[in-house]
Amino acid sequence: MTTTRHETTIEAPPGLPFVEITREFDAPPELVFRAHVEPDLAMQWLGPRDIHSVAEHWDARTGGSWRYVSTRGEESYRFYGSFHEVRPPHRIVQTFTFEGWPDGVSLDTLTLEPLDGGRTRLRIVSVLDSLESRDAMVASGMERGVVEGYQHLDELLLTL
Amino acid sequence: MAADERLSRVFAALADPTRRDIVARLSDGDATVSQLGASYDVSLQAVSKHLKVLEDAGLVSRTRDAQRRPVHLEAEVFDLMTKWIERYRQQAEERYRRLDAVLAAMQEPASGDDAIGAEGAAS
Repeated sequence: MTTTRHETTIEAPPGLPFVEITREFDAPPELVFRAHVEPDLAMQWLGPRDIHSVAEHWDARTGGSWRYVSTRGEESYRFYGSFHEVRPPHRIVQTFTFEGWPDGVSLDTLTLEPLDGGRTRLRIVSVLDSLESRDAMVASGMERGVVEGYQHLDELLLTL
Repeated sequence: MAADERLSRVFAALADPTRRDIVARLSDGDATVSQLGASYDVSLQAVSKHLKVLEDAGLVSRTRDAQRRPVHLEAEVFDLMTKWIERYRQQAEERYRRLDAVLAAMQEPASGDDAIGAEGAAS
């Protein structure tokens, strides 16, 4: 290999409301940190693919909060949460909720570890409020996700 | 059944803790309804209803022969779960490739006076 390729790794153990993401970047932690806390930078990469995302509110400091809306055509998706702790340049603890799954909340602890050569290893440990929310988050990319799945369950239970 | 509908059914089936437990139990081997029922504080009828949901989702199957009709876990469905996780991973990877591009732009030598704060970080 002549080029460096950093692939994201995911741990999502069956039956546990937990997800861990790791990824390496060819930039020092200070820059990776800024790309997470400065809204102009974060909106360039954070939202869902091929969707325009706008920060409606963004106060990236300990005790602050955030909200952004992602819009595609007439569809829009809103996400919000709190910044529990913002500790430059290595640690961000925040909550994450998708308004389409309002009972679900993820507590995300992000750490940035400096590597040789001015590189960074990012690690996010997400603990969800329930296994259902974890599975919903993991399935969020599917065309019809777990929300419809549980609506279907509600209908199904009425017939049992 | 369409793949997405199947997915919804699998999610729905696994939303219930008793059904998740039944699935875990069956991962150790086939069992009959009465064997499963002995593990839970519910009626055999309730166990049968749970099994019906799992069966409709394709998570378990029951053989047609004999009275025992042991319940069998369809391991292939768990490949589906692996696919969800892989899809989620790919989406994270796409997101982080966008972040790669943002970081690369941040590290480019500034063309004007106001560098974006990356002084000293440039190699």
